[in-house]
Amino acid sequence: MIEIRWHGRGGQGAVTSVEMLALAAIEEGKYAQGFPSFGPERRGAPLAAFNRVNTHQIKVRSNIYNPDIVVVLDPGLIGLVNVADGLKAKGILIVNTTKTAEEISRILNFKGKIATVDATKIAREELGAPITNTTMLGAVIKATGVIKLDSLKVPIEHRFGKLAGRNMKALKRAYNEVKMSNIN
Amino acid sequence: MTTKKKYPEKWTELNPGCMVFEAGSAKAHKTGSWKAQHPVWDNRKCIKCGVCYIYCPEACVSRTEEGYYAADLEYCKGCGICAHECWPGAIEMKEEEV
Amino acid sequence: MAKRVGMEVAIAAAEAVALCRIDVAAVYPITPNTHIAEHLAEIVADGKLDAEYITVESEHSSISACCGASGAGARAYTATSSQGLMLMHEILPIVSAMRLPVVMGLANRAVSGPLNIWNDHSDIMPQRDSGWISFFAENGQEAVDMSIQSFRIAEDPEVMLPIVLNIDGFQLTHMIEALELPSQKEVDRYLPPFRPLATLHPDKPVSMGAYAFPDIFTEVMKVKDSVLIDSKKTILKAWDEWGKQFGRWYKPVETYKADGAEVLIMTMGSMGETASIAVDELRAKGVPAGLVKLRLWRPFPFEEFREAIKGAKVLIVCDRAVSFGGPGGPVAAEVKSALYNDAGRPAVLNFLIGLGGRDVTVENFKDILEKGVQAINKKPAGGYIFYGVRE
Ligand code: SF4
Ligand code: SF4
Repeated sequence: MIEIRWHGRGGQGAVTSVEMLALAAIEEGKYAQGFPSFGPERRGAPLAAFNRVNTHQIKVRSNIYNPDIVVVLDPGLIGLVNVADGLKAKGILIVNTTKTAEEISRILNFKGKIATVDATKIAREELGAPITNTTMLGAVIKATGVIKLDSLKVPIEHRFGKLAGRNMKALKRAYNEVKMSNIN
Repeated sequence: MTTKKKYPEKWTELNPGCMVFEAGSAKAHKTGSWKAQHPVWDNRKCIKCGVCYIYCPEACVSRTEEGYYAADLEYCKGCGICAHECWPGAIEMKEEEV
Repeated sequence: MAKRVGMEVAIAAAEAVALCRIDVAAVYPITPNTHIAEHLAEIVADGKLDAEYITVESEHSSISACCGASGAGARAYTATSSQGLMLMHEILPIVSAMRLPVVMGLANRAVSGPLNIWNDHSDIMPQRDSGWISFFAENGQEAVDMSIQSFRIAEDPEVMLPIVLNIDGFQLTHMIEALELPSQKEVDRYLPPFRPLATLHPDKPVSMGAYAFPDIFTEVMKVKDSVLIDSKKTILKAWDEWGKQFGRWYKPVETYKADGAEVLIMTMGSMGETASIAVDELRAKGVPAGLVKLRLWRPFPFEEFREAIKGAKVLIVCDRAVSFGGPGGPVAAEVKSALYNDAGRPAVLNFLIGLGGRDVTVENFKDILEKGVQAINKKPAGGYIFYGVRE
């Protein structure tokens, strides 16, 4: 079972990322959970959202404390929130940033795998807005292989309708542009 | 002729939800004994507007053949609403006589 | 054919209710309500369901409107949560006394105060004696299945009682997960149209909700109690037929590795699955642990419960509500009274856990089960424990 924690801010659509990923996994015949951090959501305030993906039924319903994957949608959260908290030593940290993996590793004191991508730039160019929730899905898929890129098509189309094409394009770009680096 | 039971004898005889399927069964409860006063109509003042008929909470006021109004005293509770609402003052509440 | 989908559980519950072709939904559509209310509104507004969606000014009104609608012969549904249910409290026993088969989806959340919107069972427990059938869903699939079963059971001529389906708030309602949504055809096959005992219609007058004097009130209470107890027969039948049609089987008390277990842990709602992982881990280490899940809360399934815990030395009851100044959690109190006359009864340990959204982990359940193991062959301590309280 793979556990993922997403960091974003209220209004940035982290809950949508979680939903898209869960739906795509289920679309593949897997089992998945997608859930927000329970409680009120305030625009702009840091928040987390979660996924579990598994090949068979998921029984655990408690919070996620030791994720295998952490995704950071907003570069401004680094330093504000301890995004690497509880992340498994062998886990993967996927960050929307213009910094290098080495810099991120130093700031967070995280020695595991780090993937970086300038998702804000991609989102601005492809979607005309710095909303990185779908873009970062591309980076997550490339860095982890947790689902297939194609499996997102149906949920993204269902969710974004006319804008689905642009979102798919943005996330494909992130898929191609993400830089993987193993610090060790 | 069998006399009707006031209540079902056993709990198993109750209607589901205590529903009463007999229409107008409240007729058996003669509320006329509750009144300390009763309304008396003075048809000379009555303009046949029907307000007393509409306002009577017991729905015991009905129209007579001549188009005036009268209460069925078996059910009239003596509340005086009809007298209060009758603006030409055609209804007067009178004490019940001993 | 049923289709496997990924869906938020609250939305799936609303879809299931729509498949039941309800006539009326009366809901107070803002906090503390969930997506159940919101999504039902969407379904009706989109013209996918020919129903009256009444947005009322309070939950007291939503349940009252359901009462009237059901009396008029409509299949009526409402959804609420925590304080909303508290506001309905006054009307709940009236709905059951009038034998109106209203169905309610309850997203269980803590009751104030202090203000807290998270998951526990403190909203449903004070409604225990309202005369409603009450059951708990453990996951999204069960929330869907039981929403549909609820109408069939409630509207059975032998039952004609309202049902509250407990769906844990957040832990279930806000969870996107995989589940099977039955097709309209399948639901139509399982759920016949609603045939009310009587309807409020001028052509066939009937009085509903009549006064009961002291000389009849005891008899009425006896009827209420008996009908609720007897509803178990219909519930079992409806679950059996569900199993035959859909291949998913439901029991009043579910067990997991309970055979030969010396220590049993008992849960309700969404905690059962997490607890089952702890049981697996302890069993792997050779600890005779097992799990009992109470699905049917009212009518309380005494027989099935006794059968499920037979042979256990320690029974750990996990309560998600507090009976302040009382005998412990409300479930443990009932369990103890159910066992009082049984000679071979197990020791009962009572933990109050998962209050107001406090997370309960597999580790917590393992810890609790180990405490149960330590209690084997010891004189039961009695009382109750606020699990994890900071001291
Ligand atoms: S309200 Fe007065 S005036 Fe009008 S019908 Fe009745 S008695 Fe006559
Ligand atoms: S006194 Fe009251 S009950 Fe009697 S006729 Fe007038 S309004 Fe009706």
